[in-house]
Amino acid sequence: MSETENVVVTLNVNGETHTVLAPPYETLLETLRERLDLTGTKHGCELGECSACMVLMDGEPVLSCLTLSLEAQGHALTTIEGVAKNGVLTPLQQAYIESGASQCGYCTPAMVLSAQTLLDKNPSPTRQEIRDAIAGNLCRCTGYVQIVDAVELAAKRMRESVEDRVRRET
Amino acid sequence: MIRLPPFRFFTPGTLTEATRLFAEHERAVVVSGGTDLYPNMKRLQVSPPSLISLRGVRELKTIQAGADGSIHLGAGMTLTQIERHALVRERVPSLVEAIPLVSTLPLRNMGTLGGNLCLDTRCHFINQTPFWRQAVGSCLKDVGDVCRVAPGGSRCWAIASADLPPLLIALGARIRLVSERGEREIPLSELYRDDGIHYLNKMQDEILTRVILPRNENVRAGYLKLRRRGAFDFPSLGVGAALQFNADGVCESARVVLGAVTSKPLEMPQAQGLVGEKLSAPLIAGVAEAIALQARPLQLADYTYAFRKQMVAVYTSKLLNRLAD
Repeated sequence: MSETENVVVTLNVNGETHTVLAPPYETLLETLRERLDLTGTKHGCELGECSACMVLMDGEPVLSCLTLSLEAQGHALTTIEGVAKNGVLTPLQQAYIESGASQCGYCTPAMVLSAQTLLDKNPSPTRQEIRDAIAGNLCRCTGYVQIVDAVELAAKRMRESVEDRVRRET
Repeated sequence: MIRLPPFRFFTPGTLTEATRLFAEHERAVVVSGGTDLYPNMKRLQVSPPSLISLRGVRELKTIQAGADGSIHLGAGMTLTQIERHALVRERVPSLVEAIPLVSTLPLRNMGTLGGNLCLDTRCHFINQTPFWRQAVGSCLKDVGDVCRVAPGGSRCWAIASADLPPLLIALGARIRLVSERGEREIPLSELYRDDGIHYLNKMQDEILTRVILPRNENVRAGYLKLRRRGAFDFPSLGVGAALQFNADGVCESARVVLGAVTSKPLEMPQAQGLVGEKLSAPLIAGVAEAIALQARPLQLADYTYAFRKQMVAVYTSKLLNRLAD
């Protein structure tokens, strides 16, 4: 693990195990995009300023451009490709489409992951809480209002579906 | 894609292994979260041959209460882990309030306390792409022989840009440094040197293992930060302060520390003007003005230096008034 030659790196991405040979200084962003063809994770500034490359590591947002693949081993990684299950969009993704929250789309994968981690912890966030949760994700189309709308709409629908289920079961 | 320059990478699992590796590789650089080092490496500001990662070192990931009422924070804890820790939330609320002002959530999930305290100094002329730096002519902190901020002098003026040192120094924090040669404990304020290049009083092989906060009863502390974007920016000015009051509301001790003014966090002795007094707005305004008089920011960060100097008085008095309330 100490030479600059390639090393074996085993990653758990979206529940699947991938093993690649990569130099120790390769970032998770490079491995995801260039070796695993998971191009949903975007490369923006690549310096930690824009969060376009954000992925979830054990459920917490981290930047793949500043994480070595070597150090991502042993963690459960989630990229945007792992969010929809069996081709069915999550309520947040659906709300995103309906609210026009995606313009050029470049910040969208990371923004969806950020917002999803918020909704997982807080089912009824205020607009300020939503803004705080996505504060690190830059949208250079500046479409923040629609993004906050989308998260609010998704939160509302998720709450309603839980209430529906509770009503049916009781 | 901006790629990292090649390096050898070591991943010790224990502190003993880590100190041995530093003793063996004298040009190796320490990395933990990588949120400060990797961008600097991608911009080719530094290209160390080897990195020793502290991410797997278990000893650095604990928070403990000392028998004397102190709190020992492991330097390898991420800022998010510290912010969420029950003991920290109960005993050091000012730190819990300050951490969200650092960087962004994903970076706080990666960056560590030790990394924040050892954050490289910053300047408009060094934190640029290699192309930009070459075009403008490189500077002292780069490969050049002249400072682009103050070309007449021979020193680098890059500024201390971490958010937590001003608050932690105000709180009287001490740090422990460990190497194969032994260990030592020093006040956090002594970690820093007023030199933009050699900004840490730490040997290459010394690992910052923990931050020790003394028992802080009846202490009111806080941190205020000037930045252009509320969501995410390095400080153009940071003010940390800690005040202690007796039962009659008389100020018994006062520390004010400025960040992002010069190459080290600056403790301002003018704060002693508050000691022995009941704090009032006019008294605070006078002390804040005296502090601002001594702060001499240069033109190397966001906003003009004149505005940053004015803001020293404004932010200091705003913070002190809040703490005196």
